[in-house]
Amino acid sequence: MESMAIADRLQAQFPDEILHHHVFQGQVGVSIRPGRVVEILRWLRDTDEFRMNHLRSLCGVDNARRKEPGLERFEVVYHLYSISLRHEIRLRAQVPEQEPCIDSVVGLWSGANWLERETYDLMGICFTGHPDLRRVLLPEDWQGHPLRKEYPLKGKEEWTGMTELLTKIKELDKFGFDPKISSGQAGLNPEKRP
Amino acid sequence: MGKITAPMVTLEDGVRLIPGANALLGPLNKLVNWGRAGSIWPVTFGLACCAIEMMDAGASTNDLDRFGILFRASPRQADCMVVAGTLSKKMAPVLRRVYDQMPEPRYVLAMGSCACSGGIFDTYAVTQGVDQIIPVDVYVPGCPPRPEALMEGFIKLQEKILKEQFRWSQWR
Amino acid sequence: MTSPLKQTLEVPVADGEGEHYSLRMGPQHPATHGVLRVDLELDGETIIECKPQVGYLHRGFEKLAENRTYAQALILTDRLDYIAAMANNVGYCLAVEKLLGISVPLRAQYIRTIVCEMSRLCSHLLWLATHALDIGAMTVFLYCFREREILLDLFEELCGARLTFSYPRIGGVRQDVTAHFVDELQRFLDLFPTKVEEYETLIDTNRIWLKRTVGVGVVSGEDALALGLTGACLRGSGVDYDLRKHQPYDAYAQVEFEVPLGSDGDIYARYRCRMEEMHQSVRIIAQCINQLPPGPIIGADAPDLIMPTTASARVEAESNLYGTGLIRLIMDRELYLSGDIYVATEVPKGELGFYFISDGSNRPYRMHIRSPSFIHIGALAAIARGEMIADLIANIGSLDVVLGESDR
Repeated sequence: MESMAIADRLQAQFPDEILHHHVFQGQVGVSIRPGRVVEILRWLRDTDEFRMNHLRSLCGVDNARRKEPGLERFEVVYHLYSISLRHEIRLRAQVPEQEPCIDSVVGLWSGANWLERETYDLMGICFTGHPDLRRVLLPEDWQGHPLRKEYPLKGKEEWTGMTELLTKIKELDKFGFDPKISSGQAGLNPEKRP
Repeated sequence: MGKITAPMVTLEDGVRLIPGANALLGPLNKLVNWGRAGSIWPVTFGLACCAIEMMDAGASTNDLDRFGILFRASPRQADCMVVAGTLSKKMAPVLRRVYDQMPEPRYVLAMGSCACSGGIFDTYAVTQGVDQIIPVDVYVPGCPPRPEALMEGFIKLQEKILKEQFRWSQWR
Repeated sequence: MTSPLKQTLEVPVADGEGEHYSLRMGPQHPATHGVLRVDLELDGETIIECKPQVGYLHRGFEKLAENRTYAQALILTDRLDYIAAMANNVGYCLAVEKLLGISVPLRAQYIRTIVCEMSRLCSHLLWLATHALDIGAMTVFLYCFREREILLDLFEELCGARLTFSYPRIGGVRQDVTAHFVDELQRFLDLFPTKVEEYETLIDTNRIWLKRTVGVGVVSGEDALALGLTGACLRGSGVDYDLRKHQPYDAYAQVEFEVPLGSDGDIYARYRCRMEEMHQSVRIIAQCINQLPPGPIIGADAPDLIMPTTASARVEAESNLYGTGLIRLIMDRELYLSGDIYVATEVPKGELGFYFISDGSNRPYRMHIRSPSFIHIGALAAIARGEMIADLIANIGSLDVVLGESDR
């Protein structure tokens, strides 16, 4: 089935939830409201006409600097594929900036567990109903969500674990073989000496 | 017994060979350094892509075993640490802990651009150089360095060890 | 998932009633294929709960790519799955070419197919070496690295690098293959199938290997799909999903090959799938060499710096620096289309997908990498539950994870 046909059937089945279709280079993306996302995905997975049983990817997008009209601050993008019928669709669930929350789809695909944790970690979008929502790529006590557009590339203030480690190193180096040689002083960049 | 009648062969500065007895006479310093340089046992600390080149250097075609280099899994049994790959900030405390577990004498070889200085990853999550956490003896740059480059790094480490003076513990 | 097959020796498996023991494995560990930490709750040697922790190699790829041009972000993709770097490069290039509407000449497509399959061989050789080494078969490690060195020498002749190539470029490839390269590759292809048989004689019917892999780590087809497994892990459970057949790219539609399928879903089935894939890769490369068409190797509108092939072109490029079409494409903003696409390719580890959002500038607005290793490690918790610690090592090996791709 063509992706546009799938989008039309989605529009017919859930007319209130569908916001917009985007077509680009032959691929179709459908913007939806976040409220009934689990129901929509379950319908796409279980109906015989679609059988979209493979959740290809789940990611978050920060729309802060995008020029398209009608977008919320965040999006959660789901890519679905049907292995038996070989068709695909992209769903973009718009998530507002205040309290960015959306339902979790772990009940449909258990593999979405880690994908949602990663989206929470890097983008700060919460998933209600997730069994274990905590950071996965960054340390547990990291502050901030790096993939947001206002987060600078080199980071804001230093992670507390790193500052603790650097003070601990100054203590430990006193017990090293040669207390005059400490970490950071024999390095390549003299400017980086503590 | 009797006096040594055969002339002793001077091998290098201070080290003499007694032919016939197959014995070496020399300062303790040099002999200890020779022993240490000939059997560097690194602890496997492969982090990223450079770890694959480290495995390549230790495997079939480029063999590190002929230098006496045996990779050990436990830091307690190792005397060198080859930090191969990018050190992220989450991994930095682990690196320091493994380094602290190594007994003296211990050496560190930073392999790859990411270990030397952060490499191409100047981001929020990467330590810009392993030498911020542990003191480094030899830097092997490259992305990734060839196995031959790593061997050159080990040879430089051996040269450094051979030049050491009295690196042993408080009791002696 | 406990194994349904009966073992000849009845090993008493604990039922979780005894005292639990917490063990943390990694992140520095000889058998975890990188910096992976696994928190285990054990009852004796049986795993009650297994929680993998990743992120120890998180380098901030996606954020870094937003600050680089498309051509500059290409070199980052080498460092994803660094064992089969060409496959990542090709996946990235295909995604950017679709995003920007750039066409690739036919010769470049064939060359990219050849290097993708060579990368598949590199990756499967290293997988076999480390998987067998973890289980205890050390000879296989040395044999596989011997063949891998020949492949890496071939790559070095082709593009100068052994591990992180950046040879496929947006719009084609970096430089042409030489006749010497093709001859050496043909010699390797004649030699390689006998080598694969050599590995198989070492372990295929070895009693210890069979005891460690048959009936261990069983995943059914539906569970594998729900967990998000792709690649040989999914095909070992019987689900026929190979992107080279489902959504063919480059020259895969013009060559004939089969996709091996397993049925039991255990470690042995995944092992057999990958061994058979090595044979099929040899077949694909041989066909590509025979069918290699003449022509240019990079598209005329490729936004990348290519080496001028003739002296006149070199003079023109130097004198007309800001007027040549190549450099203009990087600097002009309105030539880039804005929109979003998702393109996935079949890398040796599974399905690698790139989701790009372009806002019309020369840098990606958002690049999301759908990484198979990340999802496979997430699935480890479900697969390893109820088995023993030794089986956990075998499972990690058979899922074929690489932490650079998982943590990005």
